[in-house]
Amino acid sequence: MFGYYFGLALRSLRRTPVLTALMVVAIGLGIGASMTMLTVLRLMTADPLPGRSAQLYYPQLDPQDMQGFKPDGDPPEQLAWIDAMNLLHARRGARQVAMVHGQVVVRPPQGEGRAFFASARYASADFFPMFGVPFLHGGGWSADDDARQARVAVLSRELADKLYGADRAVGQELRLGKDSFRIIGVIDHWNPQPHFYDVTLGKYQNSEDVFLPLETAIALKQPRYGNMSCWGDLPTDENMKNADCVWLQFWVRLDTPAQAKDYREFLVHYSEQQKALGRFQRPPNVRLHDLMGWLDYNHVVPGSVQMQTLLALGFLLVCLVNTVALLLVKFLRRGGELSVRRALGASRRAVFVQLLAESALIGLAGGAVGLLLSLGGLWLLRQQPAEYASLARADGPMLLGTLALAVAATLSAAVFPAWRACRLAPARLLKLQ
Amino acid sequence: MHPIVAALKHHKTAVALVALEIALTCTIVTNALFIIGDRVAGMRVNTGVADDELVWATSSGLRDGETPESAAGRAAADMAALRAMPGVKAVARVNTLPLASRNSWGTCLQLKPGDDKKSALCTVRIYAGAPGALETLGVRLVRGRGFLPQEYRAWSLFDDKPPPAAVIVSRDLAERAWPGEDPIGKPLYFGDHGKYASHVAGVIGHLLNPDLDAHGQSGQNVFLPVTAIPGGMYVLRVAPAMRDAVSRDLPAVLDRVDDQRIVTTNQVYAQTVADYFHDDRALIWLLLAVVGCLLAVSALGVAGLSSFWVQQRARQIGIRRAIGATRGDILRYFQAENFLIVTVGIAVGSVGAVGLNFWLMKRYELAHMPLAWLGGGALVLWALGQLAALGPALRAASVPPVVATRAL
Repeated sequence: MFGYYFGLALRSLRRTPVLTALMVVAIGLGIGASMTMLTVLRLMTADPLPGRSAQLYYPQLDPQDMQGFKPDGDPPEQLAWIDAMNLLHARRGARQVAMVHGQVVVRPPQGEGRAFFASARYASADFFPMFGVPFLHGGGWSADDDARQARVAVLSRELADKLYGADRAVGQELRLGKDSFRIIGVIDHWNPQPHFYDVTLGKYQNSEDVFLPLETAIALKQPRYGNMSCWGDLPTDENMKNADCVWLQFWVRLDTPAQAKDYREFLVHYSEQQKALGRFQRPPNVRLHDLMGWLDYNHVVPGSVQMQTLLALGFLLVCLVNTVALLLVKFLRRGGELSVRRALGASRRAVFVQLLAESALIGLAGGAVGLLLSLGGLWLLRQQPAEYASLARADGPMLLGTLALAVAATLSAAVFPAWRACRLAPARLLKLQ
Repeated sequence: MHPIVAALKHHKTAVALVALEIALTCTIVTNALFIIGDRVAGMRVNTGVADDELVWATSSGLRDGETPESAAGRAAADMAALRAMPGVKAVARVNTLPLASRNSWGTCLQLKPGDDKKSALCTVRIYAGAPGALETLGVRLVRGRGFLPQEYRAWSLFDDKPPPAAVIVSRDLAERAWPGEDPIGKPLYFGDHGKYASHVAGVIGHLLNPDLDAHGQSGQNVFLPVTAIPGGMYVLRVAPAMRDAVSRDLPAVLDRVDDQRIVTTNQVYAQTVADYFHDDRALIWLLLAVVGCLLAVSALGVAGLSSFWVQQRARQIGIRRAIGATRGDILRYFQAENFLIVTVGIAVGSVGAVGLNFWLMKRYELAHMPLAWLGGGALVLWALGQLAALGPALRAASVPPVVATRAL
């Protein structure tokens, strides 16, 4: 049956090549624009740690003084050193990590001449197990290493390769600035996108090349590089441990919703306790976002991308209205042919299905055009200097999604014209001929 | 008009579809054109410096135990080496440049000392320049005097020390702070509680801020005489023809002075300005492409439907021709019909356009669209409709009267 319908459809489309081409191009343009933006949007809102993200939470506290206080304001997005250490050592979660971004001067073993900057992360010990960071060789450090400021480092595979060859790095001594560190682990390719664990410097930046224990890095004054916001007097201590400033990111793993609820209560208690001690001044104002909620809160998708997606979908809508109009013309024009089929015994339903089959073919062809256009669109986006540019790549779901969307959109556009066409009274049209 | 309306009643669905398509196109195209216009206007800025003659670079030392003295010595050696490069007319150090979007120092200044918040001038940007900076940038002094050698000192917004005693303000800031008065000699207070006073020594013409904000206060800044500038940059005034060569050779020149460094940025300034507006340009091209595609799709849709109608009504056209209508009458009939449908579409689409603009304003802080843009969008769509209908209408006009006599 369907074979017959498709045969009919092909013949009909070949009879009106211009109209057919017009519809295919219109659908192709709409689908191409929409799929380009939907692909970017999907990759930008992807879960950076599938399987783990639901258990990871980002706590916020409000340690600021009363200046600029608003009752329903949001707390700062980072923690002060004292609070980060208190939460870390309270061990109320299954795992927890405090961390900050840094930038180190790498002095390669090949010689002093060509030192360079590398991005770094100073983190407490749970960073690796908590985020499921894959190791190529060796491993991370322990909480004990962190506490006694052990001079150990973990490198990315790329940096280890560049310095020693990835397989020979573990056990080597590496000089960062004026200090020397023993390499204890090399991370395999790991680059979660969005860069969820620290969104202060850019939401789609790459993961770091050098990882150091937090206490070690702060004690050695390895350069921090990141966002800091302060209140009260200008900070005087150089390592910022007592400063009225927030500059650390903090994550905690809570396995069940009950644990999350307990942790939120713990944060409120902690705030009250700190207020009683005189450190906090504001009433307790805590937040505990889960990972995806945290990304949402930080608006990881730029407004411009959202706007362009809306624009593309609006364009698709116009293309579909256009398709409805053109299909209506096409089907009504063939009143005579359809009437003959009805007169020979085809049911309304059969004619309806036949017309939909024809539309599905148009949709498929439009999808193919749209696919080519969206591949081109993604290529164009990759040429842009935007930080999310490298995310704009085609993948399996996108290829299938394009064709499915094109066929579905065309079919939905065809329902009305096909319904109109199969309601025509055959006797009247046959008489007219 | 009446026969046209009566005829359209027989094709309610198709008419509604065309009007809907025109309405959607009108909604999107009007807003897109407005955004394009808005961005184009935003990109037309005057930096206030010699755009085509500047090259700038930043360098980061890798040495441990750097002291302010050793850094100053190295900076002096760097400047001497840069000055010796062919094509270089002048070299200076500044914290940042207009539209450089880096190391931008913003603060609130006070017109009176103490906690007088009412006299505070906020979102003022600070330019810090070492000797020769104003001349190197090509910034013109319009009143008062330049800095004296003894007025330069080490200062940064981030340490709690008195700023230089003399400052130069931009004309925009002077007009905001002391409208209608002579700014020369007026005090400006820096720091917490306005505890440090400086006095205005001179006024420069327009100088754009390192970054633009949405509130249009993009030229309010003060220029301070500073010797050691944290996170600063070298800026070179060069002959326009030489700037690419200077930029290319610059890292090697700096490396010869001291190779324990990384030249972190090295750019021709005209490129910096172009980069600042890169996103705007990309958006403009994208919107133009979408507007073009939309108009093309709509035009093809209208043309397709019109030609269907012409075909359907061939007999009526023949009859009209047979009883005396000229070709021009038929042509005008179809053009008028198209005009009518498009007008309905534009009317609906204009309401949609205003609605979309309101929504975009709320959601994405877009500007309010003046109603004139609706007129512009309507003109574009009317022209488009008439053009799209022209082919089918000409075909209709060429239907011979004899068609009327053909059998039923």
